[in-house]
Amino acid sequence: MSYLELLRLASPEAVVVIGALVVLTIGLVSSRATVVAGVSPAKPPTGAAAGSRLRRTATSWCSLVAVLGVVIAIAAVLVLPRNANLFGGMLVITPLTSLFKIICLALAFFTVCLVRSEKSLRHPGEYLAIILLATVGLMLLVGSEELLMIFIGLELLGLSLYVMAAFDRTDMRSAEAGLKYFLFGSTSSAFTLFGISLIYGMSGSTGLAAISDKLAAAPVQPLLATGIIMTLIGFAFKIAAAPFHLWAPDAYQGAPIPSAAFIASGSKVASFVVLGKIVLVGFGPVHGNAGWHAMVAGWSPVLAVLAALSILIGNLVALAQTNVRRLLAYSAVAHAGYTLLGLVAGSRDGFSATLFYATIYAITLVGAFGVVAVVRSETGGDDLRNFSGLAGREPLLAGCMAVFMLSLAGIPPLAGFFGKFYLFSAALRAGGNYGLLWLVALALFGSFVSLYYYLVVLKAIFVDEPSLTTASSPDRSSSDLLQRITVAVLAAAILLLGLMPDTLAARILAAVS
Amino acid sequence: MIAWTIYLTFAGAVVLLVFPDVVARWIALVTAIAGLVLGIVAFVRTPVADLAHFMTIVSVPWVPPLGMNYHLAVDGVSLTMLLVTGISAVSTVLFSWDVDHRQREFFFWLLLVVGGCYGVFLSADLFLLFAFYELVIVPKYFLIAIFGSTNKEYGAMKLTLYSFFGGMFVFAGILVAYATAGSLDLNQLVQFHFSPQLQSWAFPVLFLGFAVLAGIWPLHTWAPTSHVAAPTAGSMLLAGIVMKLGAYAGLRVAMNLFPEGFHVWSKWIAILAVIGIVYAAAVALRQHDLKFVIGYSSVSHMGFVLLGVATANALGVSGAVLQMFSHGVIAALLFAVAGRMLYRRTHTRELDALSEMNLSHALPFAAFAFIIASAASMGIPGFSGFAAEITILIGVWKTYPVAVWITGAGMVLVAAFTLRALMKSFFGEVRMQTGRVSTDADWNEQSITLAEKCGACLLMFATLAVGLYPKFLLDRIMPAVEAMRFLK
Repeated sequence: MSYLELLRLASPEAVVVIGALVVLTIGLVSSRATVVAGVSPAKPPTGAAAGSRLRRTATSWCSLVAVLGVVIAIAAVLVLPRNANLFGGMLVITPLTSLFKIICLALAFFTVCLVRSEKSLRHPGEYLAIILLATVGLMLLVGSEELLMIFIGLELLGLSLYVMAAFDRTDMRSAEAGLKYFLFGSTSSAFTLFGISLIYGMSGSTGLAAISDKLAAAPVQPLLATGIIMTLIGFAFKIAAAPFHLWAPDAYQGAPIPSAAFIASGSKVASFVVLGKIVLVGFGPVHGNAGWHAMVAGWSPVLAVLAALSILIGNLVALAQTNVRRLLAYSAVAHAGYTLLGLVAGSRDGFSATLFYATIYAITLVGAFGVVAVVRSETGGDDLRNFSGLAGREPLLAGCMAVFMLSLAGIPPLAGFFGKFYLFSAALRAGGNYGLLWLVALALFGSFVSLYYYLVVLKAIFVDEPSLTTASSPDRSSSDLLQRITVAVLAAAILLLGLMPDTLAARILAAVS
Repeated sequence: MIAWTIYLTFAGAVVLLVFPDVVARWIALVTAIAGLVLGIVAFVRTPVADLAHFMTIVSVPWVPPLGMNYHLAVDGVSLTMLLVTGISAVSTVLFSWDVDHRQREFFFWLLLVVGGCYGVFLSADLFLLFAFYELVIVPKYFLIAIFGSTNKEYGAMKLTLYSFFGGMFVFAGILVAYATAGSLDLNQLVQFHFSPQLQSWAFPVLFLGFAVLAGIWPLHTWAPTSHVAAPTAGSMLLAGIVMKLGAYAGLRVAMNLFPEGFHVWSKWIAILAVIGIVYAAAVALRQHDLKFVIGYSSVSHMGFVLLGVATANALGVSGAVLQMFSHGVIAALLFAVAGRMLYRRTHTRELDALSEMNLSHALPFAAFAFIIASAASMGIPGFSGFAAEITILIGVWKTYPVAVWITGAGMVLVAAFTLRALMKSFFGEVRMQTGRVSTDADWNEQSITLAEKCGACLLMFATLAVGLYPKFLLDRIMPAVEAMRFLK
C-alpha cells in the first residue's frame, strides 16, 4: 500500500478539497480588493459600483472553479477501479459508492448553480468553499464501511452544514436556523459516538463486516440494543425522522436557500446510503422483524416505529403550514418516513428502493428550493401568498413547481410515483405474509393526506389571483437565467425518471447486489 | 394502431402549449377527432372474433427488474369504452369552443384527462393502468378549480381527495396482488390463483377503491358537488368518461383478479347499487339547481352499471358495459344543454327561474336536444338508455329478482325527476312581464352556435344509433365478457 495508491483511490475527494481551497483563495483575495475599492475616499459612488462589480466577477470566478472542481471530481470517480478496499473498510470503492459519489457531486453541482443568484450572501467564496467541504463529507460518508470514518464524515458534513445554515448574517432567522441545527446536531452526534463506542466494546471492531461477524454469534443483549438505538438516533436526526425532526422546520425556513437545498438533498442521500450500509451490513444479523404478527427485537422494529411516527407527524403538521419552506420541511419528515420503509424491509430490493427514492427526493427538493429562491427574490418572501398568481407571471417556473409538488405527492408520470410504488411493493414483499402491511397502509394514508397540502401550494400558484404587487425586477441578469435553467433541468429530470425509471433504478439495483 | 389514440392525445396536449392561445381549440379539436376516428376505424376493422379476448397490441419491457411492461391490449369492452371516450372528447371540445381565458391551459388539462382515459382502457399491465388512472386526477382539479363556477375550489378539492382516497385503496390492492403473484401483467395475473382467504379481503379493498370513482353509494357525494362546480367541459368529461374509469377498472382488474372474492361480496355490491339508484333518484327529485339534478341522475345511472356488474352473468355485465357507453353519451348531452346552452345565456340554473323564461321558444334547438337527452335518460325505447337498462334488468332477474322490483320503482323516480326538470326548464308557465329576458333581441345575438349544434348532434346520433341497433356494440361486448373469469 503506497501513498500514491491512496491518492489515486481518493482522487475525487482530493479534487474537491483542492477546489475548495482555490475558491477560498479567490474569495479572500477578491474581498480584500473589494474593501480597498469600496473605502477609497475620493469617489465613493463609483468606488462602490466598482466594488460590487468586482465582487460579482469574483463570485463568477468562484462558482466557475467550484463547478469545475465538481465536474473533474465526477470524471475522477468514473475512472476509479470498480472495486477496492483500503484499511479494513475505511475507504471502500464499489459500484454503489461510485454511483452515489456521482449523485452527491451532481447535487452539489446544482446547489452551486443556485448559489450564484443568491444575493444576500456577503462572502460567496467562503460559502462555496464550505459547500465543497460538505461535499467531501458526503463522499467520505458514502465511501466508507468503517464506523470511525463514518463518524468523521458525519462531523465534517455536519460542521459545514451548521456554518452554511447560519451564513446569512443579515437575517436573524438564519442565525436561529444555524443555532438550532447545531444544538440538535451536536447532541445527536454525541449519541451516535456513544452508540458506536458501545458497539465497539461489544464486538471489538469498528469495521462493519467484522461487527457483523461478531453479532452473528451473539444474541441480542440490552447493551447491544442500547448501542444500536443510539447509533440510529444520530442518523434519524440527519434524515429528519420524527421525533428527531424538530430542527428541520427552522433550518429549512431560516437558512439561506442553497444551504436549505443542500441540507435537504445531499445530506439526506448520503445519510440514507450510510444508514443502509450500517444496518444491512453491520447490524445485518440483528435485523429483527417489524411484521405485525411476528415482531422480533432488532433494528428493523426501531426503524419501523421511526418511519410510522415520521409519516404521521410530518403529514399532519404539514397540513397547517402557510410558509412553503416550512411546508417542505414537514413534508421532508414524512418523506424520510416513506424512505425508511425500504430499509425496514431489509431486502436488496428494499435498499435499492430506498436509495432510488432518496435520490429522486433530493433532486425534487433542490428544484423546489430553486423555485422558492426566485419567488423570494421577486416578492420578498416565501409564504403561500407570495406564490399566488405565479402561473401568470412565470409560466415556466409554475410548471416546474407543479412537477416537483406532484412528484412529491406521487402522481404519475413523475418519478415520485414510481419511487413510491417501488418502495411500498418492496416493503410488502419483504415482510413475509404481508407483515409490513400496517406500515404500507400507513404510508399510503400519509401520501393521501399529503396530496392536500401539495395541492394547496399549486392552488396558490395556478388558481389564486396575485395578492401582492411584486417588486418587479425587470433586469433579469444572467444569474437569474442560470437559476431558471437549473430548475427546468431538474424538472425535466424528474419527468424523464418518471417515464423511464429503469435508467436509474436498474443501475442502483445492480450496484446494491 | 389503436394505441395511437394515447400518443396522439398526449402529443396534442404538449403541442398546443407551444402555439398561441387562439389556435389551441383547433389543435384540441383535431386531436380529439383523430382519436375518435382511430377508435371508429379500429371498431369497424377489427374482426369480431379477435375481440373476444384481451388481445395484446403493444408489449415493451419498461422496468424489467420489477416486471413492469408497457403492455397495451384491447377487447370488445375496452374498444366500446374507447369509442365513448372519443365521442365525449370531440363533443367536449366543441362545447368548450368559447372558453375565453387561459385557453392553452384549459385544453392542455382537458386532453390530459382524455389521454389518461384512453390509457386506462387499453392498459394490460397493472402498474401502467394505475399510472394512467392516477394521471387523470390532477388535471381534473385544475379544470374545475381554475375554470369552474359555483363553489369551484371546494368542489375541485373534494373531487380530487375522493379520487385519491379511492386511489389509496387501489394502490394497496395492486400491491397485494403484485407481492403475492409476483407479476403485474393482467393476462398473467388472471391465470394466477389467489387463495380464497386473500381474495375475500383483497377484493373489497380493490373494488371499493375503483368504485369511489364510479360513484357508488355512500361514497358518491363528490359527484354532484363537483359536477356543479365544474365548467361544462369538466362535467361532461367527469360524467361521460371519468366515472366509467372506476367501473371499467373494477370490472377489468378487481373482478377478474379476485373472482372468488367477488362472489363473496357481489350481493353487497348489488345492495349498494340498488340503494344508489333509488336514493339518488329521490334526491334528484328535490333539487332546484338543474346541474344538481343531472349530477344525481349520473349517480343513479351509474348505480345501474354497478348492479349489472354485480349480477356476475354475461347478460348483466354486458348490459353494464353498454350502460357505460350510453350514460357517457347521455350525461354529456344533458350537461352540455344545462351548463352550456342554458347557463351561458341565462346565467342561472335555478329551475324556478328558468321556468319563467319561455326557453322552448327562445332556444328551440336546446329544447330539442334536452328532450332527446331526457327521453334517453328515462329509458324510452329507441334510445341507448333503454337498450342498456333492459339488458341489465334481464341479467339481474336471473340473480336477484327482488332487486328488479326495487329498481323498477327507482326507474319511475328517474322518469319523474327527468320530466320535472324538463318541464320546469323549458316548458314553464310563461310570465313575460317578470322574466329577466323579455326582448327577443337578446336571444338573437346568442343563438345556439354551430359548434354547439355539431357537438349536440354527435351525441344525439350516438344515443339514437345505439338505441336502434345495440347489437352492433353487444356483438363485440358479449364475447369479451363471456371470456372473463368471474362469471358464475
